Formats: sequence, structure tokens, C-alpha cells
Amino acid sequence: MRHRRLSGVIVLILVLMSSLLAGCAREQDDGRTLTYWASNQGNSPQQDRRILNEEFEKFTARTGIEVNVEVIGWGDLLNKILGSAVSGVGPDVVNLGNTWAASLQATGAFVPFTEERMRQLGGRERFLETSMSSTGMPGRPPSSVPLYGLSYGVFYNKAMFREAGIEQPPSNWSEFVDVARRLTRPSQEQWGMTLAGASYTENAHFAFMLGNQEGAQLFDSDGRATFASPPMVTGVQRYVELMSEYEVVNPDDAEIGSATEAVGNFANGEAGMLVAQNSAIAAIRAAGMADSQWGVFPLPVPEPMPEGGEAVRSHVAGTNIAVYRNSDNKEAAVELVEFLTSAEEQSILNEKYGSLPVVTDAYDNPAFDTKALRTFSSVLAESSKRVPMIPNENRFETTVGAAVRDLFARAGTDRSVSRSDIADALDEAQQKMRSGGGSTR
Amino acid sequence: MTVTSTPRAAPTSGAEPNGSRRRRPRLSKRSVPYLLLAPALFFELLVHIVPMLGGLWMSFLRLNQFFLREWMSAPFTGLANYRFALDFDGAAGVELLQSFGVTAAFSVITVGVSWVLGLAAALFLQRSFPGRTLLRGLFLVPYALPIYTSVMIWKFMLDRSDGMVNATLSDLGLGGERFWLLGNNAFLSLTITAVWRLWPFAFLALMAGLQSIPTDIYDAAAVDGAGLWQQIRTITVPMLSPVSQVLILVLFLWTFNDFNVPYLLFDQAVPSSANLISIHIYQNSFLTWNFGLGSAMSTLLLLFLLVITAGYLMLTSRRSRNA
Amino acid sequence: MREPRWFQWVRGVGLCLLTLFTVIPLYVMVTTSVKPLSDVQDTFQWWPSVLTPQPYVDMWSTVRLADYFVNSVVVSLGAAAFSVLIALFAAYAISRYRFRGRDVFRFTVLSTQMFPGILFLLPLYLIYATVGQATGIVLQGSHIGLIITYLTFSLPFSIWMLVSYFDSIPVDLDEAAFIDGAGPVQTLWRVVIPAAKPGIAAVSIYAFMTAWGETLFASIMTDADSTTLAIGLREYSTQSTVYWNEVMSASLVVSIPVVLGFLALQRYLVQGLTAGAVK
Repeated sequence: MRHRRLSGVIVLILVLMSSLLAGCAREQDDGRTLTYWASNQGNSPQQDRRILNEEFEKFTARTGIEVNVEVIGWGDLLNKILGSAVSGVGPDVVNLGNTWAASLQATGAFVPFTEERMRQLGGRERFLETSMSSTGMPGRPPSSVPLYGLSYGVFYNKAMFREAGIEQPPSNWSEFVDVARRLTRPSQEQWGMTLAGASYTENAHFAFMLGNQEGAQLFDSDGRATFASPPMVTGVQRYVELMSEYEVVNPDDAEIGSATEAVGNFANGEAGMLVAQNSAIAAIRAAGMADSQWGVFPLPVPEPMPEGGEAVRSHVAGTNIAVYRNSDNKEAAVELVEFLTSAEEQSILNEKYGSLPVVTDAYDNPAFDTKALRTFSSVLAESSKRVPMIPNENRFETTVGAAVRDLFARAGTDRSVSRSDIADALDEAQQKMRSGGGSTR
Repeated sequence: MTVTSTPRAAPTSGAEPNGSRRRRPRLSKRSVPYLLLAPALFFELLVHIVPMLGGLWMSFLRLNQFFLREWMSAPFTGLANYRFALDFDGAAGVELLQSFGVTAAFSVITVGVSWVLGLAAALFLQRSFPGRTLLRGLFLVPYALPIYTSVMIWKFMLDRSDGMVNATLSDLGLGGERFWLLGNNAFLSLTITAVWRLWPFAFLALMAGLQSIPTDIYDAAAVDGAGLWQQIRTITVPMLSPVSQVLILVLFLWTFNDFNVPYLLFDQAVPSSANLISIHIYQNSFLTWNFGLGSAMSTLLLLFLLVITAGYLMLTSRRSRNA
Repeated sequence: MREPRWFQWVRGVGLCLLTLFTVIPLYVMVTTSVKPLSDVQDTFQWWPSVLTPQPYVDMWSTVRLADYFVNSVVVSLGAAAFSVLIALFAAYAISRYRFRGRDVFRFTVLSTQMFPGILFLLPLYLIYATVGQATGIVLQGSHIGLIITYLTFSLPFSIWMLVSYFDSIPVDLDEAAFIDGAGPVQTLWRVVIPAAKPGIAAVSIYAFMTAWGETLFASIMTDADSTTLAIGLREYSTQSTVYWNEVMSASLVVSIPVVLGFLALQRYLVQGLTAGAVK
């Protein structure tokens, strides 16, 4: 008797839990609802959700396919993509940083965009060539397609330029440093420029751009890391020197962990210049700086150009979109991609997010015909270079980015950073990359 | 944790003073205890044991982005991941060793300081005075705050340009241009933040321990002419040792495995002086997608903790038997 | 015990220092939560330039705070309730029965406290995904998945504490109940649980707090419908600026219930610890 009662209670608990489970179990996909993980492009996930839902109403009206949007912060996005890639349980469509394209392609989690699928999207030629180059390993069908285009440019504060008697934006790197020095007045808490010294992604981007200007290659022909080559050291040195040698950057910036925080410094008038992607425009506006108060010029390059150097003024930045192999409804998912890369939606979404259309036929919109956006779009189309599309790209960002971060930490704490310090730091990053715990191929 | 209750746990029930009084036969139906344990066992297996074995398995695989999706068929590499993690001639081995050292220092300092502060506060609040209850409640607040909240407060205060710590230091003429979240100071910041939210737990536990010490022992000692300091040293601390032993072990395990505090305090940019082992493993698996290596490092960490805990338990139980 | 003069001094100074150490960060939190954004972005001031309730208004629209709050409450209450229930049975078995595997069980459960979360995060995620594919029960990203995960986080401590608590309750009481014809469940329910109420209260609050603050697992195992506060509060700082004032006001609002609950029940935690550890 007693024991039957005990078993009864235990069974009851299990039943209770499993009924809870059943209650919480999601309704099965009817194939007409897509789950879409959107990256955070606007000022807040809330805003993103509003913007996207508004557009998806049109999509649903046209196709009958419902879209369930989930906006995921950049800090969590890669982990969540990884988790879903490993488990096979995830959304149907996902956004990703375009520098991850090859790394994620290697996992095989995404549907390749074959010729046929590309034709459905209007053909490869519709897309900007540079953006299209950052969609996966060369020679393979891309595993993602571009969605939002971004590139670097130098924002400058017009009033500060006037006040310092600077009439022309600098045209090469030494003029740039000179302008930054003229803008720097530490006693008034005004600095030549601001940067996010603790952000490993930003640091990696700068190491890539400035290194390329010096003629550095990140990987040799065998795919081995060559981070510590003299041109690479020079490139990183040019970046770190802004704080350590020329002191045109507030040492506080060594602590800044994200590009958006640096935007705050620029918009508050604490720094005269900011090297940032065009996504910063929305943030600058949100921080209360009117469009008339700032201008943009392309990132300067050294003059004369070092041997082997390229006039790289940005990496090909932006957000891509991909379809999961595990999606129950790949056709509907591709339709969604088609919708989002259509000229109409490219024009609407990129205008709202302050990013650049990745398809040429969306540039008719006068909203993209401002001086600033023309600068960014011409940099993206003409003088940007994609980061190496290799599966280990993410490890380049983490190792080199962290090395530069540590160099800034030293520069910020009044310790000068010598060329050999930089060489040592990069050499260590290279060692880590090369050894890689059996992961390099 | 098992220390204090080990004598009761001994299956030789005859040795227990009240063992003979406990007449078990009434409950002898064999299945009863197992039924009672079933739910706990089920969930422990599901969430802890099986995933842990899974992690152990992964540590023998070459599990990187090429094999993540088909992780079942990732190539078996034997001890390669372990060899790599423990190769102290290479950059990765040195980093692991350094991270291990940082963690050990962090753990020892945090636990030590928390214990001292907790004991001090418990002693100070032992005798009743106006406001005692208020202070007691106040001291416990940091422990009750969600981790996220406490860490964000400290992050805000430790900011170099606009933080309260530097503002105060410069008002006092002590500089105030310091980085607290970068370089070597980061270790200090991490430790202070961890102590701030952990010492109340030590306080709570030691306060509980103090309450159970009979007051007549003190009276007897006072009659013998022992001063207060002597009483604390010869009565209070030894009498608290069962509590302290458990407390120190628990705090040690919490701090040694701590992930949340450094992760929230430094975002993704954890300086090497505050690179706790959990963070190091996280960076070596989730950022570089080398889950085989990350699992090998976690397994090494688990082994280390098992050895330390077992050693600690043997040492303390022997000492308490001798005492 | 007579207190010498020096001890009164030491006590005065010590309590002052400890109070400062505790209060200053709390003070910073409270004052920051009523500052305008411009104050927070500038050099630290001990007192706001303007006292404004605005952060308390804005915080609800900047992120979906209300949703996150509800998620956290559901998850934490669920985890605490199940953790206590399951621990009661397990602790009763361990305290009142001698059976084969008893010590193995105790040691294994306790040793899970040592497991680095990072070791089993990915495998656990995989298990949940597999369960989901096999049965259609979605564990990853759902409330129930989080509840199951978190209940096991507090289970070892709960069992350990309840065992010590039950051990302190005389077996004679059980036996009296048996003689009256009660079974194990009835005995547990009628005799042991009433006598162990403080221990149960203590374990509940501990389990609740464990679930309330967890970050690592939540960052991977939640989705838009199940985001908990520990993850959701981070959204205040992933935007164009860090809304420090709203971070603080939101933290304050979501912490108050937990802090009050903890303070109300901490006396039981002390009793529970006394019953457990001090023996």
C-alpha cells in the first residue's frame, strides 16, 4: 500500500513535469512560418523588430509566409549560430557578419547559393562585386549572400577643423597624423581622434587595413599565418602610435570595448575624428549631432605607397544572410532572402539602418545620394578588400585583435610601445594561430 | 562539503550512537529509497553526468568548425588535445599555465579575504546593540543582488575616465588617471568585485556557526583569565572550524570556476592579468571553435579540482579526528 | 563575555569600514538611477545635477524589461519549486535509509558542484537538441529547459542542507507516524516537512537566487521568448551608448524583490546552516 502510494507520488511528479514539457512544446512548423535571426543593425533590438516586422507584413501579404523575427545582439550571435549549427536545431534564415562567411561555410550548416539559386535572386552581377567577394571561400558556391553593406571612413567634426584652421581633409597618412595633432588639446579634453582600443574586432580590422597598405599578407601561399612580417608590424605600429607616440588619442580609449562607445566620444565633441563604419551615422544622429556638423573622408593611405602596398581604405564590411541546411522549408527561406535583397527592400532597409545597399539597382534612392554615403559607397565598391576567406579567419581576429588590445593597454598606461614590442606581440599571435591545437589544415 | 556529516553517513550504522535506536526494518522495502532518489538522479544524469561524460569524450576528438555539424563523426585524436594544452614550450601551454596561476591567486585571495571579513563582521555583530539587525541586513544585500547587477555597478565605478574610483582618487590628490579594467590593475578590480559579492555569504555562514557556540565556554575561559583576543583564538576560531572547512571549500569551488564576474566586468576583452581559467577555456572553445581543445582543458580543470577537494577533505577530516 | 575597550574601538572602526565598503556601490547604483544620461557620460558626481525619474520610465521601452522580468520569475520560481521538491525526496531517502549506492550517490551529486559549467555547456545543449528532435519537446530556448538546467544547479546544495536538517529531526517522530500506519510519503509530508520548514525556506531562496543570476547558460539557451534578465539587461549597453542610468534603475527594480525576499528568509538560511554545518 504505502509503497504504491510512494510510487504514485513519484510518478505524479514525473507526469507533472512532462505535462509542463508538453505544454511548453512549441507548435510544430506548418512550413509556412519562417524563423529569422536578425542581427542588431539599428539603435536597439526593439527598433529593429519594428522595422523588420513592418516590411515582413508585405512579404506575408505577397507570399502567405509568416516570419518570426528574433533580433540577436552581436555579442551572442556567433555563439547562437554555432549552437544551432552543432545541434541542427535553429532558425531557417540567419544574419551573420560577412567576415565569418568562410568560417561558417566550413561547418556546412548553410545551404550553398548555387547558380540556380543566385539566378532566383537576380544573378550574381546584381550584387556589388566587393560585397559578393566576402560570402565564402573562393571557388565554391557562396554559403551566404550580402544583405547590408558597410565600409570604413573618417568622420570629422567640421567646427573643430575650422577652429584649428584646417581647410582640407588630409589626403595621406602623414597629413592625417598632422591634422590629428593640431586638433589635440588635452587641457580642453579635446583629442585628435578616438578609437575602440579594447575591441578585438575593431583592432583586427585596423591591423588588416593598415597592414595591407604596407604590403602585408596575413597568410602565405600555404595558408600559414604571417602576422609578424615587417610590413604588418609597421601597419600595427601606425595604429598604436596614434596613442603612444603622437598622443592624439585619449589614453582612456584603451578601455573602450566597442565601436559605438567611440562614437559617443566623437559626438560629444571629445574627439575631432573617428574612423568608423557608416553604421555609425545613425548612432551619431542618435547622440544628438546634426548631419551638418560632421563630414567624411576616406581613410588616408601613406604617400608614397610602400612597396607592395595597396590603397586599402576599408575591409569589405557588412552583414550577410544565409539559409540553414536544416530548415524545413528552404524554398520559402530563399524566397525571404530574395525579398530582402530585392531593390525595393534594399533601398528601404539600408536607408533606415544607415547602411549601404549591396545591390547596384537600389542606389536610385536619393537617400543614398548624400556626400557622406557617396564616400562610403565608393570606398566599398572601389577601395575595399575582403578579409581572407579562409575557415580560420575568426582566429585571425581573436589573436591579432587581442594582441593589439594589449598593446593599447600598455600605450594607455604611459608605457611607450616600441617596434620590437609590437613585433613580439604579433609573433606570439602568429605562434598561437599556427599551432592552433590541431585545428589548422 | 561532506566533511561534517561524514560520521553520520557511515554505513556501519552500529557505530552511530543512535544507530541501534533507528529501527529500519519497517521501511525495509528495498525500492523505497531508490524511488525517492529517482527524480534527483534523473535530472543529475541529464544535466550534469551525461553532459560531463560528453565533454570528456569531446576532449579526445578533433572537434573544430569542420566537424561541428557532424560532431559524431569527428576524428578521434587520442591525447593530442591534452598534449597540446600541456605543452609548456608552446604559446598555448604557457598561456594555460599563466591563466591557472592567475586563477589560483584570485581564488586564494578572494576566499581568504572573504573569510576574514565574514568572521570580523560576525564577531562585531555578535552582541546586540541598536542597529544591529539593520547592519546585518545591509551586509547581506550584495550577496542577494543578481551577479549582473553587482558587476555592472563595479564596472561603472572603475571606468577610467568617468568612474567614481578615479574621481575620488583625484579629489584626494592620489592621482586618479589609473586604468582599473586594463593591465595588472584588472586583477585587483576583479578580486574586489568578487569579494564584495561573496564575503556576505561567509558572514552568514560564520554567524550561524557563532550562534551554536555555547556561551558558558567563554564564561569558563574568562574565569580562567583569558582575554578576548585569546578567547577568539583559542575558542571561537577552533569551534568554528567545521563551518569554516565547508565554507572555504564551497567558496574555493565557486571562485575557481567563476566565469560570470570576469566575463561581465571586462566584456570580451579580458586582460591577461584577470584571465581566469573558465574565461580562458571559453576563449579557446567558443571564440576559436576548437571544442576538442576546450574540453581537454576543462577536463584538466575538473581533475585538478577533484584532486584538491579530495586532498582537502582527507586533510580536514584527519585533523578533526585528531582534534 | 566582557568586552575590553580596545575591542569596542576595533568594532566601531571595523563596522564603519565594512559599512562603507558595502554601501558606496549601493549608493552609486541608487544615485545613478536618477541621473540624466548626460550626467552619467561625464565625470562622476556624487550627487545628480538634476534628480530625474526619467530612467525609470525609459527603461521599459529601451529593452523589453517587463518580458524579461516575467521570464526570470517563471524560470526562477519553477527551478526553485522543483529543486526543493526533488531535494526533499532525495534528502529524506539519504537521511532515513541505509541502502546500497547511498554514498556513491551523495558523493556524485556533491561533486557536480565542481564541474566547470564551460565543460558541459555544449554537450548539454546537444542533448537538449537531440531530445527535441526525438520527441518534439523543445528544451533549448524554452522556459522548461532553463528550469531543468537551473534546478540541478541548486540541487546538490539543497540535498546536502536538507539531509543535515532531517538528521537533526528525531527519528522517534517518524516512528510514531509509522506506528499510526503512515507510509514514507505521509511521514515525510506530515512529520518531517513541518519540522524542517526553516530548512526548506532556506533552500528555496538559495535555489531561486541561483537561477535568478545565472548568465553563461542563459546566453546560449534562451531565445526571444525566454530571455531572462541576466541576458536582457545587457541590451542596455549594446546600443549606440551605454544607458548607465537605465542599467542602474532597471537593476534596482529587478533586485528589490529578490533582496527583500532574501532578507526576509535569511534567518532560515542561518538556521539551516546551523542545523547542517555546525553539528
